[in-house]
Amino acid sequence: MKSAILLGALVLTVILLIALPWVVPYFYIFIGTEILIMGLFAASFNLVFGYTGMLSFGHAAFFGIGTYATAMLLLHLQWPLLACLLVSMGMGALLALVIGFLSVRLNEVYFAMLTLAFGMMVFSIAHMWRSVTNGSDGIAGFTLGAFGLGIDLTLGNPAVYYHVVLAIVIVASLVLYLICRSSFGLILQAIRQNAERVSFCGLNIRLYRLAAFTISGAFAGLAGGMMAPFLRVASPEMMHWSTSAEPVLMSILGGTGYFLGPYVGSALFVLLETWITSVTQAWMLFLGIVLALMVMFFRRGILGTFLDWWLDKK
Amino acid sequence: MSGLGAALLNSLDIGLLLFVIAVGLNIVFGVLNVINFAHGALYMLGAYLAFTLMNLLGLSFIVALIVAPLAVAVLAVIIDRLVLRFIYERDIADSLLLTFALLLIINESVRMIWGSGIHTVQPPELLRGSVGIFGDTLYPVYSLFVIVVGLVLVAALWFIFNRTRAGKIMRAAALDRDMAEALCINTKLVVTGVFAFGAWLAALGGVVAAPMRAVDPGMGDKIIIESFIVVVIGGLGSFPGALAGAMVLGLIHGLGGRYLPEINLLLPFIGMALVLLFKPNGLMGKGANA
Repeated sequence: MKSAILLGALVLTVILLIALPWVVPYFYIFIGTEILIMGLFAASFNLVFGYTGMLSFGHAAFFGIGTYATAMLLLHLQWPLLACLLVSMGMGALLALVIGFLSVRLNEVYFAMLTLAFGMMVFSIAHMWRSVTNGSDGIAGFTLGAFGLGIDLTLGNPAVYYHVVLAIVIVASLVLYLICRSSFGLILQAIRQNAERVSFCGLNIRLYRLAAFTISGAFAGLAGGMMAPFLRVASPEMMHWSTSAEPVLMSILGGTGYFLGPYVGSALFVLLETWITSVTQAWMLFLGIVLALMVMFFRRGILGTFLDWWLDKK
Repeated sequence: MSGLGAALLNSLDIGLLLFVIAVGLNIVFGVLNVINFAHGALYMLGAYLAFTLMNLLGLSFIVALIVAPLAVAVLAVIIDRLVLRFIYERDIADSLLLTFALLLIINESVRMIWGSGIHTVQPPELLRGSVGIFGDTLYPVYSLFVIVVGLVLVAALWFIFNRTRAGKIMRAAALDRDMAEALCINTKLVVTGVFAFGAWLAALGGVVAAPMRAVDPGMGDKIIIESFIVVVIGGLGSFPGALAGAMVLGLIHGLGGRYLPEINLLLPFIGMALVLLFKPNGLMGKGANA
């Protein structure tokens, strides 16, 4: 009964999301696009944090390299968008493989420090390597051409781009969900709960952690790639640790224990950001306070706390 | 030859300052089992307080050197009692998240109070200018002062840890907190005290760094990344590890800036990656395997 209600709510949400451009003011189409992209970014982070139990403070590197890849391919080679996004995904996975190879060998304390440090290394490279990344000005001035696969779309129209993002995010999220539900995903959750025991079962924990981190990097790269046509720029700030903080906050806000937690967190985060930054500059201060309070008193997140309560109820 | 000498002195100066910061991070980790992501923010707070005391209130460097770290230590006691005590019994990820939240809060508060501009602090009269060493090479007096402060702190900390009762209590609490409690050590007091001591060290580093580095809102981020590199190279939770890591990173900076300026910025990360590949637990570390 309850699972039927949940499924119904999910289907209703998807229908509402599809109808969104026709029912809300123009401005909220942009908000909707940002929520979807950041939601996928946060969900990719949560595969590593909520499922595997590794806290990464460097996810902006994979997100950012995805943005740079799509922006540069559009600027220099005018590739169709879909091809650009696939490259973004590959770049995110590759970078995650390299950073992950060095970082998953040690315990979670080291992992948190290493991901932050390597993330900032990528940020510094984007900042300093002017001949390729154009330094702090970033990559801008690219135009959107075709989508790919012979599908004819006016990507410059925000409502059309919103629907493209929605379709990609839904497909990517389904894949991510299937990964979480597969036997591979169950092993990741077992590693979070008791790594020692999984290792005694004869499984190579490092390999599983590295695989989770690489997959996560791929989806973060895809999310970053979709950000390039949306923001019309790829800048080093997208690789800064304060960008890495966003999926962390979103996952905590929504709840790390449920697959859809990060998406709910993304919606809350982006809406709050829009409202608060229109009143005050101190958005980061607010974020810090919210994060501290959530960790201290609502560790399960908003969706998590609600679902725990509702599913427990008779 | 004299150029190499100056580069080596530079390395010593950078390395000793890094040691002061990283050893605080290490002590806090040892006893609290918490990596304080806000450690760099506390260092920055020390530098900004020194700027306020000296440039805005016209007080002397000595006053800043005494008052600013104490003020930050008091703040640390408040943070510990108000925030951190909620998560001591919880999973380690929660402490990482909470200190990360503190980092956001302190960083943004600094930006709100002092603005995003870059400030400079003049060294005190006595420590300005340069002296000739290695024949005719000029070397700033203030950097020599930093080296002296660093060496004094290395000696003092070694003495505290190995030769005093307070040091023994700290080491006991780090080794086995339950056992220490059973031996009538008030571990709650030790935990708060150690967190405050770590913050004091960070802020002291900030005050000492203020006259030779730009005081800006990004300085905390820079130093925390460097401290993490020190900790990874040296090994977490050990005093000699912090010293070794800081010296290695100091040498990378001092010599790298001189001989490989193009990739100077990347050298610390390359060094860290090499240590991770060949000695994952750090040069002096033990037992950090996943």
